[in-house]
Amino acid sequence: MSVDDRMVPHKPAVIAPGHTSATVSDQIGEIVFRKTPRWWYFAFGGSFVLVMLLLMALTKLLVEGTGIWGLNNPVGWGFAIINFVWWIGIGHAGTLISAILLLLRQEWRTSINRFAEAMTLFAVACAGLYPLIHVGRPWLAYWLLPYPNTMGMWPQFRSPLVWDVFAVSTYATVSLLFWYVGLIPDLATLRDRSRSPLKQKIYGMLAMGWRGSAAHWHNYETAYLLLAGLATPLVVSVHTVVSFDFAVGQLPGWHATIFPPYFVAGAIFAGFAMVLTLAIPLRAVFNLHDFITIRHIQNMCKVMLATGLIVAYGYLVEIFMAWYSGHWLEQFMILNRITGPYRYHWWALILCNILVVQLLWIRRVRTNPVTAWIIAMFVNVGMWLERFVIVVTSLHRDFLPSSWGMYSGTFWDWATFIGSIGLFLALLFLFLRFLPMISIFEMRTILPKGESKS
Amino acid sequence: MAQIFHRSTNTISRLSIFGGIFLVAGLIGLFAVLDRSSYNTGVGVVLAQPIPFSHDHHTAALGISCVYCHTSVEDSAFAGIPPTATCMNCHNLIWNQSPMLAAVRESYRTGEPIRWTRVHDLPDYVYFNHGIHVAKGIGCESCHGRVDLMPLIMKTESLQMEWCLDCHRQPESRVRPLSEIYTMGWRPEHADQGTRLIAEHDINSKVSCSTCHR
Repeated sequence: MSVDDRMVPHKPAVIAPGHTSATVSDQIGEIVFRKTPRWWYFAFGGSFVLVMLLLMALTKLLVEGTGIWGLNNPVGWGFAIINFVWWIGIGHAGTLISAILLLLRQEWRTSINRFAEAMTLFAVACAGLYPLIHVGRPWLAYWLLPYPNTMGMWPQFRSPLVWDVFAVSTYATVSLLFWYVGLIPDLATLRDRSRSPLKQKIYGMLAMGWRGSAAHWHNYETAYLLLAGLATPLVVSVHTVVSFDFAVGQLPGWHATIFPPYFVAGAIFAGFAMVLTLAIPLRAVFNLHDFITIRHIQNMCKVMLATGLIVAYGYLVEIFMAWYSGHWLEQFMILNRITGPYRYHWWALILCNILVVQLLWIRRVRTNPVTAWIIAMFVNVGMWLERFVIVVTSLHRDFLPSSWGMYSGTFWDWATFIGSIGLFLALLFLFLRFLPMISIFEMRTILPKGESKS
Repeated sequence: MAQIFHRSTNTISRLSIFGGIFLVAGLIGLFAVLDRSSYNTGVGVVLAQPIPFSHDHHTAALGISCVYCHTSVEDSAFAGIPPTATCMNCHNLIWNQSPMLAAVRESYRTGEPIRWTRVHDLPDYVYFNHGIHVAKGIGCESCHGRVDLMPLIMKTESLQMEWCLDCHRQPESRVRPLSEIYTMGWRPEHADQGTRLIAEHDINSKVSCSTCHR
């Protein structure tokens, strides 16, 4: 959408009418300074309980080892990789919104990019947890890094698992920088607006001496665009590398060239679903209807619909290739997915990721926050099921029927998963409380009179 | 409005950016150095032994061969620590009243072995076999150093994996003729001797994980 599109009268604006620089700063900045609302304590407390559950599950894991999980032969990959891929996928929306939509001059991104980036960081933190704990001896996880060790060994650079280490850590670093650089002018705003000396000091430290001079803005915009340029290939590369974890393995259902594009589309699909899942309740409780408008929700629904169709194409190609390959192992794998012991997972995944999403073709559905939120929840569940189906159905029917087995998560698998959701939410609530969840200075630039910055 | 920060904060913050980088790089370097230092590996550190046995005296001065005591080195995983009886072969005749050897005589009388402190102690997850190394032409000296110059025994090599691999990746650097296994201070006669010995001894040096981590 170009600037012209905003002139089209029937399109809702990206910011409600009547706002000025001062009202924007007041309304967003004030969230951080006003008295902590009571619901926040309940919400943070609830997620903190789940963090405790996570800590309990991790302690149990460290004491007893990965035997507490449901892993077995032949299913040697389970919840750890499913959850890793799920979280890292969710983390994709942040960079897409902040980098690609910035380069494409999509101004509507402005009111959602800050918390989408924060969400990315927290999702990547949750994702990063799983590779660390699944190695069995997390205290030796630094062996994954190439460093001058006394073993005279480098990591196995031919392994996609090592590529993962680089892809994910690069992504985490660039996302963190992007988020932080974007925060600096707002941290300065908070520094100038806070009353207590302690808050002034803390926000002042974090603002790194920002004074808002022309030189500062010039450097800032150069740095921000450069970072956006750096982050753009990462949107594609990270999930491509994650898909290699599977695609490089010679297993029916994994060894497919469609995997990289289909995983990237799935990641953006999942990411936008999570942004919607969070944005819709947040705009209600913080009364941000002026900044996160129906147009935002509708645009995000459109992205979800488009990426959802790519994902659906991925599923179809998998089925087609099984037939077209003429290989009975591929055909068995697909038939087993659809009609085998995990058929309910597969059909539920089709329902969540393909069928329900088609409702977004209807304008009334995608402009209604409630229905948009419900569909986003379906996608969250569906994308988790997708990874479950990919990981488990390919493994549980080994090449040798004598090695066939079944897999299900144990209590500790679920405790770790639900605990990581708690960690994600707890970090998010802390973020909402202490940092401006919408970029104040960028909102000022999209005010009707503001100049569009480039 | 009053200034929040003192003027010196400018300098401190700039310094901390550079300082942070050097601190992290320094810590990594420090870790790499400490990991290889004798503090961690025990190289050159003399451990307390029940009897101050001198390898220097017994081998260089008296000319006793390594295998006289370490009898199983040629055909067993473990080189062998001699029983007290081996000591007493000589020491029931010479120095048989020496107070320094009281513990040896005590052990001989009671049958209770002397509790030597182990100097070359590989981790339990490493499979190592002396026999194959001796049979393929790796001398004692290559791993244990100039034992003939040690009044008190100590490690001269780290026994870290990079050290094992250093030789396993290029065995021609250490291999010697089978007649020189027990020689101390041996030097190759010509530059390509190692390469020729590799073929002669039929050495297929292994570097796969399961060679040592079985």
